[in-house]
Amino acid sequence: MPKQSLLGLFEKADPAADAMDSFNEAGFKLGSFDVLTGTPYPEGAFGEHVPQHRLFRFPAFGAIIGFTLAIFLTAGTQIAYPLVTGGKPILSIFAMLIIMYEMTMLSGVLATVVGIIFESRLPNLDPGVYDKRITEGMIGVVITLDDDSRKKDAEDILKKSGAFEVKYS
Amino acid sequence: MEYWSLNPTSLKVMQQKRNLSQIHTNKTLLNGQLNTPKWWAPTVLILGIAVVIGLSAIGVMVNKGLGVTGLSRPVYWGLFITTFVFWVGISHAGIMISAILRLTQAEWRRPVTRAAELLTVFSLLTALAFPLIHAGRPWRIIYYIIPYDFARGIYPNIRSPLIWDPVAIGTYLTGSTLFLYIALIPDLGNLRDRTTGWQNAFYTILALGWRGNPRQWKMQTVGGILLSALMLPIFVSVHSIVSWDFAIIPSVEGWHSTIFAPYFVIGAVHSGVSAVVTMMALMRWLWKWDDFIRPEHFDALARLLIVVATAWLGFTFLELLFAVYGLDAPELALREMQLFQWPWNFLFIIFMLTAYIIPVTMWLFKKVRTNIALMFWTSILVNIGMWLERFMIIVPGLARKQPFVFTWEAYRPSGLEWLILVWSFAWVTFLMLLFSRFFPLVPLFEQKESQVFTDDVKIGRASVPAIIREID
Repeated sequence: MPKQSLLGLFEKADPAADAMDSFNEAGFKLGSFDVLTGTPYPEGAFGEHVPQHRLFRFPAFGAIIGFTLAIFLTAGTQIAYPLVTGGKPILSIFAMLIIMYEMTMLSGVLATVVGIIFESRLPNLDPGVYDKRITEGMIGVVITLDDDSRKKDAEDILKKSGAFEVKYS
Repeated sequence: MEYWSLNPTSLKVMQQKRNLSQIHTNKTLLNGQLNTPKWWAPTVLILGIAVVIGLSAIGVMVNKGLGVTGLSRPVYWGLFITTFVFWVGISHAGIMISAILRLTQAEWRRPVTRAAELLTVFSLLTALAFPLIHAGRPWRIIYYIIPYDFARGIYPNIRSPLIWDPVAIGTYLTGSTLFLYIALIPDLGNLRDRTTGWQNAFYTILALGWRGNPRQWKMQTVGGILLSALMLPIFVSVHSIVSWDFAIIPSVEGWHSTIFAPYFVIGAVHSGVSAVVTMMALMRWLWKWDDFIRPEHFDALARLLIVVATAWLGFTFLELLFAVYGLDAPELALREMQLFQWPWNFLFIIFMLTAYIIPVTMWLFKKVRTNIALMFWTSILVNIGMWLERFMIIVPGLARKQPFVFTWEAYRPSGLEWLILVWSFAWVTFLMLLFSRFFPLVPLFEQKESQVFTDDVKIGRASVPAIIREID
């Protein structure tokens, strides 16, 4: 049986939060229901599961890679063809530091961007049930079910909480 | 008057919280993408023609050689390098506004950030073009920039600041572009929801399947702060490195200065933030975004500019002071030429008037700070002055008679060089307008967030809008 999603549309934040609470109380699996909004709301505004992330590791990892590559690039290329210019040493630490700094930062930024996309769970090739009115201010509460057995329960919760429309995937 | 009386003007500004529905926000801020304004196509066409003329001028110069410019011994760096430094300076607007204001959670950043980031990207692209143009044979630049093992095995000379430049600017350009894209994703999702046909397919691909769940919003917030924190050190390094193109050359008086790095950075912020003011005024007029880009935003930017401009003025005088304090004869001769000899003395007066004296004096008055037309013109004055500043730094040091130099003469930029300078402005404006046709210039989700996070709070008998701010 393929997974099925239900989306309840709400005009206000409070009933959407009630629906989230009701799903929780009814024993639906944590993480199977979520709230969709067109703008960020304060964390926990809907009583939602607070997402954990590891984004802070990405820039550190990227910076280490960038720094290492920069050492190889700056030292390696100069040693490979040791041409003295302006009487400066072949391995001029100050000049190397500038390039190492920039490459470290670049790599840190690239890794952070990868991290943001990864931790946002993007790209999402199968976004599931959705409604365009969410980006017009409506609030969507979406629940994904493994089978049909609790579909009716989920639909009832959405309607009782005040959803003015329920959509199915 | 009672001691607790509220100043009516302040109260009026404070109470400017407007309840804007998300539908209204979408309709107004997406008017560039969903209903292209009538002026857009003719303007882009005219700018496109200007761009083609400029590119043709570059083509002529590449074909005929640098002899068609006014560059000649001993002035090898002229209008092109001045304009390169100018556009790198403008690019500092993006991170200054976006990153610092994001990190400090300044509320007035919301309508400004994207335009500033965009200005960074396009001005950096333009800045990068100038060293290539200046080289005369642009394709040869690859030999000294890209570290690949070609037949002779000679790699780029990392001891040269001409290598540091592309590395720093490349890092800044890549980082700024990605920063811009990440913050654009929620609005791409919005555009996907408002379009059909090929446009829908285009935005669907770019939005990466954005839905707007708490995880994605959290990543926008945390990621935005993290990227801001990473971009700030890059932003400081870029103009420092550009300044070292000059500062580490001991043989040219006027260039060899230890304070050039911070002096260039603060000057870049001055010109960059002024350029943001120019752009915001144009955005308000062209797209009629009066509800979103309001006088208080210009007021805040002008207050910031007063501080930045005054710090920059301090550096300008320090640079002059350190130069003359050593009583080094060639350095004194250069400063005498810059300040007292025609035409440099005239350019110096124009530079000081336009970069500081006129605009900052005017910005001291609130009526000016909240007058969009006056802010527009004063911000343009600043950038005329800041372009002249770079010209005054680069050219006189080379044009002055040096010991053991058998030929010297004044530098007169050719018509072709002026044409290429004008091209750069047309090019940046052209890219901006092209971007505005497909992507929103004001972040919609930030505007909507402002509505969600603002509420009216009663303090005594006064009802004032209050901003909710999350601590972590």
